[in-house]
Amino acid sequence: MKNFEYVRPASVSDAVAAAAVPGSAYLASGTNLLDLMKGGISRPDRLVDVTRLPGLDRIEHLADGGIRIGALVRNADLAHDPDFAKSCPAVAEALLSGASPQLRNAATVGGNLLQRTRCGYFYDTASACNKREPGTGCDARHGENRLHAVLGWSEACIATHPSDFCVPLVALDAVVEIEGRAGRREIALEALYRLPGDTPERENVLEPGDLIVALRLPPAVRTFSAHARYLKVRERTSYAFAMISAAAGLRIEAGKIRDARLALGGVAAKPWRARPAEDILAGASADAATFRRAAEAALADAKPSGDNLFKIELAKRIIVRALTLAAVGTPARMSALPGSPFASVSGVLHDA
Amino acid sequence: MTPEIRLAQAPAHARHGSNIGQPLTRREGVLKVKGEARFAADNHPPGMLHAVLAVSQIARGRVNFLDIQAAKGHPGVVEVMTPANRPPLAEDPDAKTNPFMFRLDLLQNDQVRYANQPIAVVIAETLEAATEGAALLSPRYDVLPARVGLDSGESFVPPAVGVGNPSEMRRGDVEAGLSAASKRIDATYETPAQYHNAMEPHAIVAAWDGDKLSIDTPSQGLAIAQGRLAGLFGISPDKIHIRSPFLGGGFGSKGLMSGPQVLGILAARLVGKPVKLVLRREHMYGPVGHRSASRQRLRIGLDGDGLLTAIDHHARIASSSFDDFFEPAADASHTLYASPAIATSHDAVRVDAGTPLFMRAPGEATGSIALESAIDEAAWACGIDPLTFRIKNYAEVEPISGKPFSSKALRQCYAQGAERFGWARRPLEPRQMRDGAGLLVGWGMGTATFPALMFAAEARAALRGDGSGLMEIGAHDMGQGAWTALGQIAADSLGLDVDRVEFRSGTSDLPDAGIAGGSAHTATAGMAIHNAGAAVIAKLADLATGDERSSLFGAGNAGVTARDGRLFRRDDESRSESYVDILKRAGLAQIEASGKGAADPAAQSTYAMHAHGAVFAEVKVDPDLGQIRVTRMVGAFATGRIINPRMVQSQIFGGMIWGMSFALHEKAIIDHRSGRILNANLAEYYVPVNADVPPMEALMIDEYDPHVNALGIKGVGEIGVTGSAGAVANAVWHATGIRVRRFPIGIDDLVTAG
Repeated sequence: MKNFEYVRPASVSDAVAAAAVPGSAYLASGTNLLDLMKGGISRPDRLVDVTRLPGLDRIEHLADGGIRIGALVRNADLAHDPDFAKSCPAVAEALLSGASPQLRNAATVGGNLLQRTRCGYFYDTASACNKREPGTGCDARHGENRLHAVLGWSEACIATHPSDFCVPLVALDAVVEIEGRAGRREIALEALYRLPGDTPERENVLEPGDLIVALRLPPAVRTFSAHARYLKVRERTSYAFAMISAAAGLRIEAGKIRDARLALGGVAAKPWRARPAEDILAGASADAATFRRAAEAALADAKPSGDNLFKIELAKRIIVRALTLAAVGTPARMSALPGSPFASVSGVLHDA
Repeated sequence: MTPEIRLAQAPAHARHGSNIGQPLTRREGVLKVKGEARFAADNHPPGMLHAVLAVSQIARGRVNFLDIQAAKGHPGVVEVMTPANRPPLAEDPDAKTNPFMFRLDLLQNDQVRYANQPIAVVIAETLEAATEGAALLSPRYDVLPARVGLDSGESFVPPAVGVGNPSEMRRGDVEAGLSAASKRIDATYETPAQYHNAMEPHAIVAAWDGDKLSIDTPSQGLAIAQGRLAGLFGISPDKIHIRSPFLGGGFGSKGLMSGPQVLGILAARLVGKPVKLVLRREHMYGPVGHRSASRQRLRIGLDGDGLLTAIDHHARIASSSFDDFFEPAADASHTLYASPAIATSHDAVRVDAGTPLFMRAPGEATGSIALESAIDEAAWACGIDPLTFRIKNYAEVEPISGKPFSSKALRQCYAQGAERFGWARRPLEPRQMRDGAGLLVGWGMGTATFPALMFAAEARAALRGDGSGLMEIGAHDMGQGAWTALGQIAADSLGLDVDRVEFRSGTSDLPDAGIAGGSAHTATAGMAIHNAGAAVIAKLADLATGDERSSLFGAGNAGVTARDGRLFRRDDESRSESYVDILKRAGLAQIEASGKGAADPAAQSTYAMHAHGAVFAEVKVDPDLGQIRVTRMVGAFATGRIINPRMVQSQIFGGMIWGMSFALHEKAIIDHRSGRILNANLAEYYVPVNADVPPMEALMIDEYDPHVNALGIKGVGEIGVTGSAGAVANAVWHATGIRVRRFPIGIDDLVTAG
């Protein structure tokens, strides 16, 4: 491994100063970064370990009804926080559908937001990848790309964002709080990510030294908690990234959808908020025809980036299913297979 | 009905004083659970350095530059081994003096013939420094276009497939059988390249002392490894000591000494210190073997009664550009179904990949998923239940040879497996069953078979003055339980309880146990042990029956039996004497004898010898989303005598899970331009995880076989893969009505078709 400097700042401002130096990277639990370093994909000169920073490991229920989650809260702790899971069931379901129990126990909220794509060409340092090495080209574009993007991609990059967690967060208008050299600011999570365009190496709007310190969910999330689901389709029952996933939240009154939130994972370089679908859903009746119309709208701009035409139809079907499940209502307890199409099969409840 | 052996009930073979047949737990289990079992990479001799491979990023061409200066300039790097300074070998690694000596990449030149081929070795004081040194080499290449895939070049008929099998075989007139048929199946199936992915990567710790070599490395064939290394280094085999007490899985990839292991030894030679070299996961996708991709065409003829008139099974496979291993996929059609005409044939192309090698059920697994799918298609074409169809076409003699089977309890496997599974309730038509949640449900089956092989082995037995026993054999525990099962055979052979026998195994200075492959290890090593034990007991009996002072004097004609540390007069059990007393009186501290295990050529030429089984699988499929989950598997297997039902169940379960993996999960994703493997990691090379593994049952059908060997053992290591893969694939068809002929079956296959 490349030798690197390891620093462990005592405060957020020290961390920001330390990480603003070019070649630095933040280290939380390292579930993604360490693999990238071992594979030579990331070669930082300095790791700024933020795991001991005080005050970033709390889940706070705010006076206005919102929820504030410190960046160092572990995925498993968040998913199993009873109040959080009740308010944001689709987020809890997404968290529990991801990775493995061991990884969820380690992975942090802040780190999860910044995980890198699973594109095989990005990981293969012998292949051309504009994201890893700007200007080298994209070997995925005409390569083995069955699982690649169908929305928002460019000739420069067809990789997808792999996160489960971020999909319902984007649907629910989550906001990230960022500490930077110019102080604290906040932006919508959806706006944190950039589409590849000609600069796929710029995956987000963070500046050198910027540290995500917290994630905030607005009070409105609670209005969807009775009808919120996350659905994740993949070719192995667990420990696999989503081929495609969807997060759906509905506010249903008197049989009509009053408000809807919908986002897709595994289809684009960012968690994909499907606003055209939400517009169709709002005010419509919660039935199969509505859901299919919404799905068509969500994928209206989709086009295959390679051998992945099937993902467009599959995404539509996943949307219909996620909306159908959301309309039925959030289950009282988490399934043994969170997010899985097989969640309803087993009578076993999640015990983790 | 034939009794079955299940863990919950007393083993059928159990008898007083018997160790064979008992479901003993792994004798090294506590060591493993506590992390005290010492695997190869756990060894750290004083002064040891770390070596890391630099591997080729291209699949074909030559290396024209390595930045050795940069690597050597990195703190901690001691040496960089390249073709320029690699210590000499006594034998050309590209020499091939027998078909099973495979060519190795040992830095003999600058040529690159596959991606992930070793091109240099960096040796450093720490693993981290060696790793960075390898990265700093920044190789440059002259690149040639890579040949990738089964259509990448001129095809040819290989001289032989598998272990010296003819690449084409025929019995009867297939074309006549097909033209006389009233129905025909003509279907093509594709299977991808697969990689072994044992939990333990290949690892070696090597230390030279003059011309003596001491190594820790996982091996499925200690004596063969010793011989190969002796040839390469020009030293006598007895100068080489290999320790391999435990393997973290081998599956064939540790059957023969691989190039990277030899490079570890060369690195130790170069620096004059002990060296440890452990493959990174991605390094296992190239230099240590894999299973070739295949494209198999099956043509099946059927008469009006649903009887087979012809089976024609052709397989296209691939080997590397520089060596010959040809997956004998079509041979799967030799033994299972009675057809008056059978033809099997292979052709091959050469691709820029590491040489494919033995991977669990090589040929049998690949061929089985195609054959069992085609048989299912044939049954459906005839409107006959797939089990009924298989029984209708049951082979009473081996179809390709006409030989009788040494034993074959497949009918019982079908009957008991089907009963346990509830097969009789299966609707004939596909897409008929749904569960309460609306998921499609399908039931499929497949027939399992694997040849009952034997190689050659030796063992050495001793009885000691304190009445205890010793059995020595350089056998291999790959996780399958050799320490336990062979120990049980040893105990019975010596007439002692298993706790009274010291069982020494897993090192190259012990008698040659043959290779732990071909599902033949328990039979081969077991027979050597059995015969060594019998030989030492015969010596003991001579001491007793020839000695007037013994109560067994004169029992030579009647004979004695050994049990519980005593010899008993066979015709008068009231007369007996303990081992301790016999040896004491003879003034002997220990007596010794050797034994051999090998196939009986006469029996082999008379009989066809195979294990059999029937596997039944249930899958559920989301009708809209195409996601598949296996929800139930039942296998019934007739594999001769069961030495340890707990170990056997574990082997069978492992095989059945592997079969499910073959049908639904495993696939190397290879860039069609570069020949690079894009999922050379355990996150994206899918094998089943716990959530994929359904409730499973393995019924062991009692089977007595007097011909395979004196112990009646057929072997269980690989058969579980066969049958299972097809059963899952057939269940997916039964659930959905969609016949997918390209494996693994993916969501796109079902969403697009649906």
